[in-house]
Amino acid sequence: MSLNRIIGLFLRHFFLIKSSLPRILDLIYWPTIQIILWGFISKFFTAYSDYYNNTVGVILTCAILYDFLFRSSISFNMLFLEEIWSRNFTNLFIAPMRISEIITALVGTALIRTLIGLVPAILITSPLFGISILNLGIPLFFLFLSLYIFGITLGLFVSSGLLRYGPAFENIAWSSLFLLAPLGCIYYPIEILPDFFQNVARGLPLVYIFEEARSILVNQVVNYSNIKNAFLLNAIYLFVGISLFYYSFSQARKKGSLINIGE
Amino acid sequence: MQKTVIVENLSKNYFKKEAVKEISFTINENEILGLLGPNGCGKTTTIAMMLGLLKPSNGRVVIHGLDIEKNRISLLHKMNFISPYIELPKKLSVKENLIVYGKLYGVKFISDRIKYLSEKLRLEEFINKKTGELSSGQKNRVSLAKALINEPSILFLDEPTASLDPETGDFVRSFIEKISREKKMSILLASHNMDEVKRLCKNVLMMNNGVIIDKGTPDDLIKKHGKRNLEEVFLKLNRNNHELK
Repeated sequence: MSLNRIIGLFLRHFFLIKSSLPRILDLIYWPTIQIILWGFISKFFTAYSDYYNNTVGVILTCAILYDFLFRSSISFNMLFLEEIWSRNFTNLFIAPMRISEIITALVGTALIRTLIGLVPAILITSPLFGISILNLGIPLFFLFLSLYIFGITLGLFVSSGLLRYGPAFENIAWSSLFLLAPLGCIYYPIEILPDFFQNVARGLPLVYIFEEARSILVNQVVNYSNIKNAFLLNAIYLFVGISLFYYSFSQARKKGSLINIGE
Repeated sequence: MQKTVIVENLSKNYFKKEAVKEISFTINENEILGLLGPNGCGKTTTIAMMLGLLKPSNGRVVIHGLDIEKNRISLLHKMNFISPYIELPKKLSVKENLIVYGKLYGVKFISDRIKYLSEKLRLEEFINKKTGELSSGQKNRVSLAKALINEPSILFLDEPTASLDPETGDFVRSFIEKISREKKMSILLASHNMDEVKRLCKNVLMMNNGVIIDKGTPDDLIKKHGKRNLEEVFLKLNRNNHELK
């Protein structure tokens, strides 16, 4: 892998973001609105729900974690879509870039895009709602890392579709996370789901991540088996995502979609 | 004369349609080879296979003695491509685009290279402007700068002067002529501008319906078909082919 080429692709997106104030504002705007909205809902539930009684910020913390996942995945997809929209796709694939370098560059760039959006939103939670996500302690790092890996994995699935089917796959890019949200048990325990869906949900790392967040905040208990399960599932999905991306690239070379993908 | 590019029995099938059918040709060092043919005849498909963007159904492309299918990344370092159908990111400045592609191609002294290309292609006055704000003539020169950023030994030019005014078109043609001679490049030029092809190309391939229907020097083809210019040869060959079909 060449660090030079990875930096090159990173710079392509860095230059794009830094030169456009509307783009920066757009990155910050949605997470901030989302967090403020969930902050007020959280406040309401804290006051009126037995389950959340005396547990300040469970919903808000989960909302922040979910938004981190959402932004990671969307950021990854956006980087790919930007190339299609700007009709730069062919230029990128005739440059001597390995698939592994493209993935690495997009993973790094997506993290920066995500943080630009989320850090200001996290910072306002403390003065506005008296809540700090840092209450989760050291496991917070593992939860964020796990969510980021899953977000990137979803990004890889969607980008594989874009690579293979072109812009027609764009709508899936936007809706992919909404499909998983109900099964991810973000705001409620898994027991709420019907039996069949519980079994499906256990196959997703999200359930373990959000169960763990609630376990720490509600019961003040750190259950590392949840974190372990999440990482294990993430490793499997990431492997499938990377393999699918390589396969889609090979199929795109066979079918010719790398030539006319912007059209 | 050293053969830089060897194309052997190259074919591409999309489902049941044969886009390119067993074509073979070579490009020598310091040669500009013209690729002529009507829209949809297989020119872009051929170039895409030569660039490793498209996997051939049969045959192979050998560049500097190496098969593109097995050595795609290392050979891409030595090649580049421009086409009016692909663009550089519009929101990036000209300089930023050249920095990005300099990095992607592993250019060692990017600033020096950008300075050199800016002077040669007269980019200085708009080097810090957004690429999307440029005129088509300026964009064309920027695309050419991007295509030369890695000092390629093989250049693929797909209609490099399409939609340019005569002055800019002439500037680009003169530049291609000069740089190919100085750097001993091998160039494949796909164009619908017959005067351009006659001026720049030593040899010409005439393509139709995925096959090479004739080849030779522009003068030999004109003589062989008893016509006054290359455009008349083009029309004759394509009409004949159409009638045969």
